[in-house]
Amino acid sequence: MTNPENPLGTEISRRRLLQGIGAAAGLAVMPSVLAACGSSEATTTTAAASGNQTTTAAPAATGTVSVGSNASDEVPRTAYQNVFDAFTTKTGVDVKVNTIDHNTFQEQINNYLQGKPDDVFTWFAGYRMQFFADQGLSTQIDDVWSEVGGNYSSPLKSASTGLDGHQYFIPFYLYPWAVFYRKSLFEEKGYTIPTTLDEFKTLCGGIADDGLVPIAFADKDGWPAMGTFDYLNMRMNGYQFHVDLMGGRESWNSDAVKQVFAQWAELLPYHQEGALGRTWQEAAQSLVNKEAAMYVLGMFVGQQFSDEERDDLDFFAFPEINSEFGQDSVEAPIDGLMLSKAPANMDGAKELLKFMSTGEAQGIYLASDPNNVAAGSDADTSGYNSLQKKAVELIGSAAHISQFLDRDTRPDFASTVALPSLQSFLNNPSDIDGLVKSMEDQKLAIFGS
Amino acid sequence: MSATTTEASTTKTSRRRRKKKPFRLLTRRDMVVVGLLLGIPAAIHVFFVWLPALLSIVLSFSRWNGIGGVGNIDWIGTTNYHQIATIYPPFWPAVRHNLIWLGVFILIATPIGMYLAVQMDKEIKGTRFYQSAIYLPVVLSLALVGFIWTLIYSPDEGLINNLIGKTGQGNLIDWLGNPHLNLWAILIAASWRHIGYIMVLYLAGLKGVDPTLKEAAAIDGASSRQAFFRVVFPVLKPINIVILVVTVIESLRAFDIVYVINKGTNGLELLSILVTNNIIGEASRIGYGSAIAVILLIISLGIIIPYLFRTFRKDEAAL
Repeated sequence: MTNPENPLGTEISRRRLLQGIGAAAGLAVMPSVLAACGSSEATTTTAAASGNQTTTAAPAATGTVSVGSNASDEVPRTAYQNVFDAFTTKTGVDVKVNTIDHNTFQEQINNYLQGKPDDVFTWFAGYRMQFFADQGLSTQIDDVWSEVGGNYSSPLKSASTGLDGHQYFIPFYLYPWAVFYRKSLFEEKGYTIPTTLDEFKTLCGGIADDGLVPIAFADKDGWPAMGTFDYLNMRMNGYQFHVDLMGGRESWNSDAVKQVFAQWAELLPYHQEGALGRTWQEAAQSLVNKEAAMYVLGMFVGQQFSDEERDDLDFFAFPEINSEFGQDSVEAPIDGLMLSKAPANMDGAKELLKFMSTGEAQGIYLASDPNNVAAGSDADTSGYNSLQKKAVELIGSAAHISQFLDRDTRPDFASTVALPSLQSFLNNPSDIDGLVKSMEDQKLAIFGS
Repeated sequence: MSATTTEASTTKTSRRRRKKKPFRLLTRRDMVVVGLLLGIPAAIHVFFVWLPALLSIVLSFSRWNGIGGVGNIDWIGTTNYHQIATIYPPFWPAVRHNLIWLGVFILIATPIGMYLAVQMDKEIKGTRFYQSAIYLPVVLSLALVGFIWTLIYSPDEGLINNLIGKTGQGNLIDWLGNPHLNLWAILIAASWRHIGYIMVLYLAGLKGVDPTLKEAAAIDGASSRQAFFRVVFPVLKPINIVILVVTVIESLRAFDIVYVINKGTNGLELLSILVTNNIIGEASRIGYGSAIAVILLIISLGIIIPYLFRTFRKDEAAL
């Protein structure tokens, strides 16, 4: 049977080779098949296991709920696990957590939500939630809210409401932005807490005379300065203007926005120099080391303080600029959970969301994280440190809760326009007219159509 | 049955062919196998390289946030290109920075790497140590390289400012935050890596040069400088092309160090980073990012293709 044309007889081996390639391709398909077997097996067993437990707890929901979590750092991951364990003990519904690196989760959220997302996923309130709700990538949970709504204040409710008026989001915890300082430094130098802009400027002048940096400042990563912009904007033009500006309904090229930048430019000499080359952690160190007296940042600034020194950390609300608005708005980004577009276990997922809205669940989470406060009003605050207690007070007194510039606007506008524009303002505070015109042109290009 | 007939027919046809072309080595079956073996890689190449490239070009004429099916794509013609050139402030700085990057690499970093390779080739004492030391940055992960240079350049806690005592309010040098300074600071870090890379590539080439050439040059009375420029350098032409192409590619795709340091804003804009910032993320501007990617593609092709054409055409002429 040897082919006369092929004296070496290599043809068969070539055919074998091709078969081999085919087999390899087949192998590549195998793992997914195996995985499919594995996962279906897993769900059946857990369903059986929970079936036993439901006889005692007897809720409607059974089975397994999958949760996509961006809590990839060790501490929050364990904290979330503790919460889910408590949920399983309570209801018998298993929770399968799929933890993804924090930044990767954010960068891939589009593909994630369009593919086969978990039943429940961690996300942020405000425009960022509304954007995905609006694209039909999340299921509304009005029925959950009708049961648990009483546990949330009205600003929290509006931060959880989509553009269509339905609820899409369960707030879990939040943290306020404010002006942070060290009590011991203020006592030693005899500084008083300012409540108006004039008092604030006088204080800054006094601190500078003492040879200290009045306001620690960092914007290398581009987002920390957004907090200062938001506060100036909300104090001067009010919460509603902030929301409309972020939503693309107000013009950046307006006198109102120009005045915000002009006011900021006036305050800039009191800010730490070289902000664009510094991270917030480094700026926080200058607060820790008493080289700088104040810092406008979120409560996570506490992470840079040792446990003993954290008691010395305190804050006051950003001072009033326009008496019409006073100090009525607080910037307090809310983290929480949403339901994906077609959850496999709808009942279990809603049961989980109900549990996550309780102070009990939030308390379990916060036990290991002293830089946030619980979102629900029934949360037990007795274990809070003084800073957390003050944060609850600040948030409770607020008529409006804003989410932060990059959570209150379209993500593409925040990252490709607002972020570089604020940095270029810090580089060159004199060309405000050119800056706001460029921002408005780009905003129209992004929001338009 | 059918197998034997086909075999018979193939032998018949091939016998007939053999009369015409007695030296033909491949049967039809061989042709099929060769076709498959060449075809599969070619198909993979087309699928993973040309198709995405063409789709990028197509998408660059659209507005799409990546959500929903193809039906959700708005076709907006050349609007993206128009907006990039007119109202997108980071674009022209990015082009300028890419060109500065290319200039610094070609005029400074690559010659230094080649110079070091020539020195290493002389087998001076401790060559192995120097080789490893200079090559080390290439081995380090980019996150680490970015971190190392952040520690060196940081305004209050960094090495340089602390050594020269410029950390206070009023006299601080903001290496990474000052947009007139940070590109050059980063270029030092990038060159630090690039020099090691070029050194190893060029050293490998130098090791392959026939030592008798250098001996002959020496006997003819050439200084070592003349021997290098008149004899070794021309002999290394293929390596020189590789080095040049590598340098151009490295400069145009420069991305990582800058991304680690400040995500490519504020004086460190690069085309590759603008592509990433627009496409990766929650609400991606896929059309806009694609348009920038197409511009980068055109710039790359515009630099590489004419050079390769010229070089290889000359080679053919020489043959």
